[in-house]
Amino acid sequence: MGKLEAKIPHGPLSEKWTNYKAHQNLVNPSNKRRLDIIVVGTGLAGAAAAASFGELGFNVKAFGIHDSPRRAHSIAAQGGINAAKNYPNDGDSVFRLFYDTIKGGDYRAREANVYRLAEVSNDIIDQCVAQGVPFAREYGGLLDNRSFGGAQVSRTFYARGQTGQQLLLGAYSALSKEIGKGTVKMYTRRDLLELVIIDGRARGVIMRNLITGEIERHAAHAVVLATGGYGNVFFLSTNAMASNGSAVWKAYKKGAFFGNPSFTQIHPTCIPVHGDYQSKLTLMSESLRNDGRIWVPKYAEDAEKIRKGTMKPTELSEERRDYYLERRYPAFGNLVPRDVASRAAKERCDAGFGVGTTGLAVYLDFAESIKRLGKHVIEARYGNLFQMYEKIVDENPYETSMMIYPAVHYTMGGLWVDYELQTTIPGLFAAGEANFSDHGANRLGASALMQGLSDGYFVLPYTVQNYLADQISVPAFKTDLPEFEKAEKDTKATIERLLSINGKNTVDSYHRKLGLIMWDFVGMARNKEGLKKAIIMIQELKVDFWKNVKVPGKNEMVNPELEKALRVVDFIELGELMARDALYREESCGGHFREEYQTPEGEALRDDVNFTYVSAWEHKGDDAEPALHKEPLVFEFIEVKQRNYK
Amino acid sequence: MDLTLKIWRQASGLDKGKFVNYKVGNISHDASFLEMLDILNEELVIKGDDPVAFDHDCREGICGACSLYINGRPHGPDRGITTCQMHMRNFKDGETIVIEPWRAKPFPVIKDLMVDRTAFDKIIQAGGFVSVRTGGVPDANAIAIPKHDADLAMDAAACIGCGACVAACKNASAMLFVSAKVSQFALLPQGRPEAHERVQKMVAKMDELGFGNCTNTYACEAECPKEISVANIARMNREFLTAKIVAQKA
Ligand SMILES: Cc1cc2nc3c(=O)[nH]c(=O)nc-3n(C[C@H](O)[C@H](O)[C@H](O)COP(=O)(O)OP(=O)(O)OC[C@H]3O[C@@H](n4cnc5c(N)ncnc54)[C@H](O)[C@@H]3O)c2cc1C
Ligand code: FES
Repeated sequence: MGKLEAKIPHGPLSEKWTNYKAHQNLVNPSNKRRLDIIVVGTGLAGAAAAASFGELGFNVKAFGIHDSPRRAHSIAAQGGINAAKNYPNDGDSVFRLFYDTIKGGDYRAREANVYRLAEVSNDIIDQCVAQGVPFAREYGGLLDNRSFGGAQVSRTFYARGQTGQQLLLGAYSALSKEIGKGTVKMYTRRDLLELVIIDGRARGVIMRNLITGEIERHAAHAVVLATGGYGNVFFLSTNAMASNGSAVWKAYKKGAFFGNPSFTQIHPTCIPVHGDYQSKLTLMSESLRNDGRIWVPKYAEDAEKIRKGTMKPTELSEERRDYYLERRYPAFGNLVPRDVASRAAKERCDAGFGVGTTGLAVYLDFAESIKRLGKHVIEARYGNLFQMYEKIVDENPYETSMMIYPAVHYTMGGLWVDYELQTTIPGLFAAGEANFSDHGANRLGASALMQGLSDGYFVLPYTVQNYLADQISVPAFKTDLPEFEKAEKDTKATIERLLSINGKNTVDSYHRKLGLIMWDFVGMARNKEGLKKAIIMIQELKVDFWKNVKVPGKNEMVNPELEKALRVVDFIELGELMARDALYREESCGGHFREEYQTPEGEALRDDVNFTYVSAWEHKGDDAEPALHKEPLVFEFIEVKQRNYK
Repeated sequence: MDLTLKIWRQASGLDKGKFVNYKVGNISHDASFLEMLDILNEELVIKGDDPVAFDHDCREGICGACSLYINGRPHGPDRGITTCQMHMRNFKDGETIVIEPWRAKPFPVIKDLMVDRTAFDKIIQAGGFVSVRTGGVPDANAIAIPKHDADLAMDAAACIGCGACVAACKNASAMLFVSAKVSQFALLPQGRPEAHERVQKMVAKMDELGFGNCTNTYACEAECPKEISVANIARMNREFLTAKIVAQKA
């Protein structure tokens, strides 16, 4: 433990993965049956991995907090999945997808991993079609594509506005096939509470059964975490309610390094916040930026009238509108990457041009597209999104501009992993949004689905096998070992402690407070003073939580308040690490915008000399400061430039 | 707005349940139905009462976790949406709202408004997939699929597995759910090779799990938040019949 070894294979970029596969160790079929793999999380990454392991013949135990693997947060992805198929013949290639992803991530991702991602992207589309995923098609019967931010080609495959749903149902069907065959045993409504390490290797997990409260022990030869992102640190985000950071946080506290914890994506097109009872934010897919134009009033007095309700957006003539993305970034226009679009919206609203009752909203307008293409075309493309918007906001987006504002959406940070997706704990792998691996400081749209499925279908089946090759003589682990004993005892003690506080504040009230601190100081714009303040405020919140939180009921029952409390304990600590990482990184890159470091035009200003590295934080104990390790990023195959979308 | 909530409370599957009345006040029209329940639960926790358990996750109508029978209808009064997408502007100030769990034998109550819908997963495990392994598949554009078929398959695939169809049906039939999956694959060339086997296995599993028969009242379609069409049931019946005939010939 403690060494950052990325294990990037030798050779030219385009041959690394092939070389790896050609030289890796394999496990023969009869030995596979004797090896157990635990997969925690059955979203895109986990379901794909568990199904593939099962097909290979390993013994798989899969776990999820949901009542069915079909409900994982991946289900909510709307817009699409990228691949370098170049079906539209518009100049795409594996290299271009790789290049766009590295550039979109503001040169803070590892070349070799990203290249592999681009390389297997095409296999993913083939795989999904073979599973019966009903992607959108053209009249000739071939697959259709759309464009997404940060790219000048159309490489995004989609299934109406429900791409994540269809891909997850595809992976779920593959998983179900294996469950039916008995190669995968599925445990639903299970919450990971602790990771079990034996002789320095990950060998098991402690789970809480969310129906009975029973604390269970499960052992294996290797453990995969595919538990999704931790955007809910902010309380309000586009993530599903149950999305959490607990599994990765438990791994961190057991010795896995945490990569780039502060790299958070704030998505530009979400429905604005409307009340303090609000429980989550709703994304309006980025695909809308294909046909929608973003604007605010050009004159502050118009904006004020709109905010007061004395003027409607439709009353404003073209000359009195400011299509600020088209104005600032003529080359990419409304399709600039998310971080750029989000900051531009914030800039306009902070300057007094925001709309909506709060002034924290901008317009996304379809009038021109409807005129150009007809309402039926817009309806066919975005019908379900428009309906969703109307249900929430009670306004008809075919008739008036939509209102949108940035919201927390995705965490690029996650467990640090090497080329094999192995964490710094041997035998512990991390996949999907739970790892830090491919998106650098900013993820491009439609690339998370690609990464989750790449990790699950096409990377882990090779790399986990490589790890297990020298484990064939290790017998299955018994769960009465002292390491399991201790892990279970610690877990139970935490639960007892939470239930016994019996204070006066609800769990949610702390979560909301944490969210506000994070949004104000560790959100879209960060600075030294604010981050220092945030760290202190979070530490105070933690003390208060452990004194005054009220968690009702007992362990041995369905107890959603206890579940939330366990997550908030981890969110609070994770929030502090995020602030610390943001404070340490004295540059702006991608979604990490430090106000002190910007160009005169307000664009992010990187410091490549001092910060071209992945920060990997090591837990040093509850009362000690974490230690920072650096994985230098070496760009051998592309030239590092200032991002330019003008 | 101020409301009275008449909520089904049941400590566990083994306990007998009953309705309990609660009052909530000062609810915004713009709040969602589940946010209104969050507010109630916050108050219950502060008072030291047991909060009401209900399933939910995405809160945007796609995961299928939320359920609830609201004033006698699955997912409440509005058409084409789930409970989590419903906003309080659908209700009147002073109204009494009756909230119950899905009531169907194959979906036993776990606690309060939470039910166990793993029966749906078991039906899928019985055959709701195309038997391909990871890797070694043809290029995605190797087989052209008429757009019309792909669109129909997508219409069927839009099912979120929430179980409203079962809850709405007086026979607790799962025909709409099963037929949506059968149709999706039957409409696509990738699903054809196993079409006959699939429909037989899924229907057998559905019967085994205690779901009732379809008597063509179409309450399922009327209450489906994704407006899945009963045309899928007709397609499944055709598939089932052909499968039987083919099996007899063989
Ligand atoms: C609204 C929305 C729209 C999006 N649209 C797109 C898009 O169009 N294109 C795109 O590429 N990306 C999109 N994304 C991002 C993308 O959906 C996610 O990053 C991706 O689906 C994550 O997949 P995953 O498999 O890593 O994790 P998840 O799907 O989040 O799955 C996590 C799994 O882990 C389990 N789990 C979690 N915690 C625990 C625990 N403590 N114990 C046990 N099990 C646990 C869960 O039950 C679940 O099975 C979108 C995201 C959002 C929020
Ligand atoms: S909570 Fe996901 S559909 Fe309602």
